Amino acid sequence: MTGWYMLTIIGRDQAGIVARVTAVLYEMGCELGETSMLRLGGNFSMMVMTHCDSSQQQIQQQLEPVIRDLNLHLHIDAIDGHLHDHIDPNMQVSVHGADQAGIIARVTAILADNQFNILDLESDVGGTAQDPVYVMHIVGTCLKEVEQVSAALAPLHAAGIQIRVRSLDTLIG
Amino acid sequence: MAVLPILTYPDERLKQVSEPVTELTQERLAFIQDLEATMRAGPGGVGIAAPQVGRFERIVIVDVSSRKNIKHHGRLVLINPEITEWEGMAIAREGCLSVPDFTGNVIRAERISLSALDEAGQLRQIDTEGYEARAIQHELDHLDGLLFLDRLVSRRMDLYQRKVYQK
Repeated sequence: MTGWYMLTIIGRDQAGIVARVTAVLYEMGCELGETSMLRLGGNFSMMVMTHCDSSQQQIQQQLEPVIRDLNLHLHIDAIDGHLHDHIDPNMQVSVHGADQAGIIARVTAILADNQFNILDLESDVGGTAQDPVYVMHIVGTCLKEVEQVSAALAPLHAAGIQIRVRSLDTLIG
Repeated sequence: MAVLPILTYPDERLKQVSEPVTELTQERLAFIQDLEATMRAGPGGVGIAAPQVGRFERIVIVDVSSRKNIKHHGRLVLINPEITEWEGMAIAREGCLSVPDFTGNVIRAERISLSALDEAGQLRQIDTEGYEARAIQHELDHLDGLLFLDRLVSRRMDLYQRKVYQK
């Protein structure tokens, strides 16, 4: 047991959720590690890595009033967590096109075949309700060359999916 | 040559503004050798500034020649460097020898012109762009007590595309 937990909190978005949830954790003596908060389709979603001497049940109980008050859903997992364990991406894949079913599945299947390890993925649907446009950004690590990955994804161009692969070179100075 | 210890954030000394160099003494030239050895000892380091090793003088070294398919000037020792012109903007990911285990996206000028003294005390004018221009701007920031963290625009990826200039 490392004392690390992953809290997943979702619900209808409103101002003050982060402040109230993190205040409870702070008062309990929990330390926060890496966190992510996103608004997805009007829904609040947050994942919080927290280190705490309290048990899973104690965290659940302490957060319960805020969760109930803000009409949120809370899920807690004990995890094997580490800080200072970042991997820098070396490749980025940008995808856009008229929205259609299966874009993400088809793109990521090809990336998986090329041993591309996704570190971060975000996708969104923009445009209008009549003409939705799908946009996706993926960064990750891959030992293959940009040209090889690009060639592997090329067949998707025929389906109207625009894909650009480029290398990422993090400047260390 | 010696590899010098690198100051790491949140060491307050990294916020100090460095002083111009007035004389290129033998001792200072020897220091520049050590500074370069320190840069090359770091994994993937393409630049270093004197204040990163606790010497608050306006000296930086940049060498991006290890990177594929980019224009560069090879090994550059820049003393009292001044950027005289900026053009364009680009976002790319940076990290720092003084900020271990953290990288993020930073906006920099795409092309710059600068003047600086070299190790022989000769005034040089350098026009550069892209990755080398980014590395120089990153190192010059150290001379003014700025880290890439002060210029961070995002951790995650961006929709901004790197500008490509056609000659």
